[in-house]
Amino acid sequence: MSVVTSGRYTFPNYNLVFFIFLQLGLHSVEGVWPLPQSITSSPERYPLNPQAFYFTYGSQSAAQEGCSVLDEAFKRYFSLIFPDYSSGRFYSEVKFLQWKNENTLSVSAGQAYLKAETVWGALRGLETFSQLVYQEDFGSYYVNKTEIEDFPRFQFRGILLDTSRHYLPVQAILKTLDAMAFSKFNVFHWHIVDDPSFPYQSRTFPDLSAKGAFHPMTHIYTQLDVRRVISYARMRGIRVLPEFDSPGHTQSWGKGQSDLLTPCYSGSTPSGTFGPVNPILPSTYKFMATLFKEVSSVFPDSYIHLGGDEVNFSCWKSNPDVRAFMLKMGFGADFTKLEAYYMENIVNLTAALNRTSIVWQDVFDYHERHNHMLAPDLILLHIWKGVPASYEAELRAITKAGYRVLLAAPWYINHISYGQDWRNYYTVQPLNFSGTEEQKKLVIGGEVCMWGEYVDATNLTPRLWPRASAAAERLWSDEKQTSDVDKAFPRLKDFRCELLRRGIQAEPLFVGHCKHEYQGV
Amino acid sequence: GSPFVSLLLALSCCQGLHHNNIDDYVEAEPVFQASKYGSLWPLPQKVQISEVSFKLSSASFRIVDAKASSAGPSCSLLQSAYRRYYEYMFGSAKKQWGSKNNRRSDPSDLTELQVWITSPDSECDGYPSVTSDESYELTVNQPVAVLKAPTVWGALHGRIYSIYFHCQIISYFPFSKSINATIINDFPRFQHRGILLDSSRHFLPIKVILSNLETMAMNKINVFHWHIVDEQSFPYLSRTFPQLSEQGAYHPYTHVYTPADVKMVIEFARLRGIRVVPEFDTPGHTQSWGKGQKDLLTPCYSGSKPSGSFGPVNPILNTTYDFMAKFFTEISTVFPDGYIHLGGDEVDFTCWKSNPDIQKFMEQQHFGEDYSKLESFYIQKLLDIVASTKKGYLVWQEVFDNGVKLKPDTVVHVWIGGRSDKEMSNVTAAGYTTILSAPWYLDYISYGQDWQKYYKVEPLNFEGTDEQKKLVIGGEACLWGEYVDATNLTPRLWPRASAVAERLWSAKNVTDIDDAFNRLSLHRCRMVERGIPAEPLFSSYCLHEYKGV
Repeated sequence: MSVVTSGRYTFPNYNLVFFIFLQLGLHSVEGVWPLPQSITSSPERYPLNPQAFYFTYGSQSAAQEGCSVLDEAFKRYFSLIFPDYSSGRFYSEVKFLQWKNENTLSVSAGQAYLKAETVWGALRGLETFSQLVYQEDFGSYYVNKTEIEDFPRFQFRGILLDTSRHYLPVQAILKTLDAMAFSKFNVFHWHIVDDPSFPYQSRTFPDLSAKGAFHPMTHIYTQLDVRRVISYARMRGIRVLPEFDSPGHTQSWGKGQSDLLTPCYSGSTPSGTFGPVNPILPSTYKFMATLFKEVSSVFPDSYIHLGGDEVNFSCWKSNPDVRAFMLKMGFGADFTKLEAYYMENIVNLTAALNRTSIVWQDVFDYHERHNHMLAPDLILLHIWKGVPASYEAELRAITKAGYRVLLAAPWYINHISYGQDWRNYYTVQPLNFSGTEEQKKLVIGGEVCMWGEYVDATNLTPRLWPRASAAAERLWSDEKQTSDVDKAFPRLKDFRCELLRRGIQAEPLFVGHCKHEYQGV
Repeated sequence: GSPFVSLLLALSCCQGLHHNNIDDYVEAEPVFQASKYGSLWPLPQKVQISEVSFKLSSASFRIVDAKASSAGPSCSLLQSAYRRYYEYMFGSAKKQWGSKNNRRSDPSDLTELQVWITSPDSECDGYPSVTSDESYELTVNQPVAVLKAPTVWGALHGRIYSIYFHCQIISYFPFSKSINATIINDFPRFQHRGILLDSSRHFLPIKVILSNLETMAMNKINVFHWHIVDEQSFPYLSRTFPQLSEQGAYHPYTHVYTPADVKMVIEFARLRGIRVVPEFDTPGHTQSWGKGQKDLLTPCYSGSKPSGSFGPVNPILNTTYDFMAKFFTEISTVFPDGYIHLGGDEVDFTCWKSNPDIQKFMEQQHFGEDYSKLESFYIQKLLDIVASTKKGYLVWQEVFDNGVKLKPDTVVHVWIGGRSDKEMSNVTAAGYTTILSAPWYLDYISYGQDWQKYYKVEPLNFEGTDEQKKLVIGGEACLWGEYVDATNLTPRLWPRASAVAERLWSAKNVTDIDDAFNRLSLHRCRMVERGIPAEPLFSSYCLHEYKGV
């Protein structure tokens, strides 16, 4: 297996096979979350014997033993399915089976087959299979006869974690990656730096974290930490999308990189405070080029998130050099043009590194005002603002202009309220805007955002799960089949108990209990 | 460059609410600055902190009984408290690098904290009560610090760690911690400072309860109101009526509190100066009781036939009162506290109305159509039963509102929001003692710093005489369990309940919200450092982040 370098799954076809030794029984099927595109199950059920059960590769499979992603996944899912058995045989025997050109999971007498185009599909299939297995009170494991055909509705299903407003220990990130795989999320959007702190330890600019992190030793992500996160995510079929947000949200950058930020003026003298990145200095772009070169070598994903949101113009306005530059460039008094100028430079910079840029919607909104557009193949826009009416309008406008787009606005999960707010996340209709089929295809997915003002390792997990799982089903499953939120309730309730069983402290949906309650504190 | 300064900078650059669908740029919300009171929480009544500071080293520092103290080595409550606080200050003994060293001490070291219990009866082996004296005096000076308290309950509150406010800054140097010369005179403003946990809507494993008792002690909370059973489940394993939990718990073995569990909770709480007040709420909120106790609940009727569903406790049968007498006799022996909470809230009359036997009874008693009279009839009998067990009782406000005759020492628990000040006024005008919960329903969550809302409450802000105000003995933060279980209880409770804790402990004029933010930020980091996942107040960091992921 080669390293994941892209979100596009262009690997050769794989085929792998489970063998299960079976007897007949009766039980109804437990739910799978998110709901597969097509599932047929029968009351016929088969016991699973942990001592005899194993995963193995089909003979025609392009992936064979030695494929690290699947070898590891076999181990992981064995322990998830049989928590009482910490070790066992996983893939020692290889059986021969016909390869069929379908993405299917089929459980029938004796054996179960999982066919997938890529290892990434196989990971999703393993997750589904693990959710089909259930344990009866007396301890035996069962799986019902089942046929599943499955694929995601949207290719981008992300979760944003913010490690700048609070530092999240690596362990908390890894745990989140585990839980993400359980809900079939496939992108970890790492909002790694922002105003409050700069925890990313740069090889090229170590002062950024030495001076900009909350603490230069304990509150940073070393290169090793980052590699660990990326490889842990890869094993679970999750892309790591780093965000280095500029020109706003960069207070912490300024501590370790002098002259990067714009000096604000009070009258005719510098006030001692700093604003956004200084867009008029060549040194700024030189710095950014070097930093993003490093970032593109550290993070293998073909996308980089460049931010570009919420730029406060008051500091730029106060600075006489910036005003002179505006004049020279013919921007007049329109500072959105200056912002657009800056973003264009940064986008081109990352394009030169063979990376596609993702930017927050603000960039589109500014550019739209003066028909000063970046090419649609260079950027992807990320919608974060507003109520349904306004984000639907934004979806329409962005896709009409031919840009690909990601929707995050309805899934700001850091906003909490009393009661079952997961229902709001579930009932979102991402394609509910007026536009052509072509426009709808430009919506590549959605993202759950957990901003960090009020969240750190103490409350991240219960605040994220199972609320994010509601969005996961919206992004994976067929909308018609999953339009009834009341029908989803008992399934999500079961799924959250399964998360508990797997050690994820997912909070309750409502009164009730789980067989295995959370045993931590 | 002290680390304190860097913390200050880190916090002061937080730029408002990023990405919160607020188009206008929001300026920085709270700006952290060191409080002159460091991390003291809740703020003592009187405190003088000098600039002079002493070093504390794990090798030389000891907590000892003062010679004149009425509590000695046989007072296991204090001995285990000494160990607990020593470990909080210096980490567990296993981690002590210097533990093999001799007790060498620097002239500038503080080497001893002497704990001096001044009353002839230290109450060491007793239980805390509503009248316990929790006051203490703490003097930190060289070479020894002295903690004077009339009883062990005060001594628990005066643990040196609470003035050890530089811990946030210095604690990552393994041996060297410092403490300022300090004089503290402290006592609680209110006697009843409680937290309600609900173990019926979700079962709470014992471990979660214990760890929250530990956290209550860090916040000088002194009452654990254990809302142990309700509609949804009956996890209390009764020796007299074991079928109640067998049939009524979520699971008869894994989701119950055995007598040993309950004993453990009570003792764990006692060692931390916390009372355990159990609530067995009737006649409403009792669906789970009916599963294991036949004929206890009222059969509801649909027309002239029983519908198969059940309503509140059946108030017209003698068997009901026989059951309650036996049951509360058990409760009064299992729970040593002087008070039992009897509930009495939210009784739905529709089932009673539907039942022909109840209608007949109403006629016989001349209650007319007023079912609150029937409720009062029930409660009255129940109160008499409980009074015969020599226990006092607390009841939710409806019992008072319905005009039930209450013993003079009854505590009325005000919980209905909106006009709780009016209710406080009425209850105290009638001469009853009262506790306030209405503004402190912590299960209601919202985005942002809602601790400030809890902090700004003034419990005595109602119309009434000074005599009336004296009848307010405290309050409780309630964490009802609809959306709370072991997964999210602790971060949802702390530090939000800490805001309530200070309101109930500290002087009335302690209302500076900025100073509170500064102290509470450090206090929450201290809880995190002690292994409690207390959630953050706002963007910032703790030197030791939560490791329990």
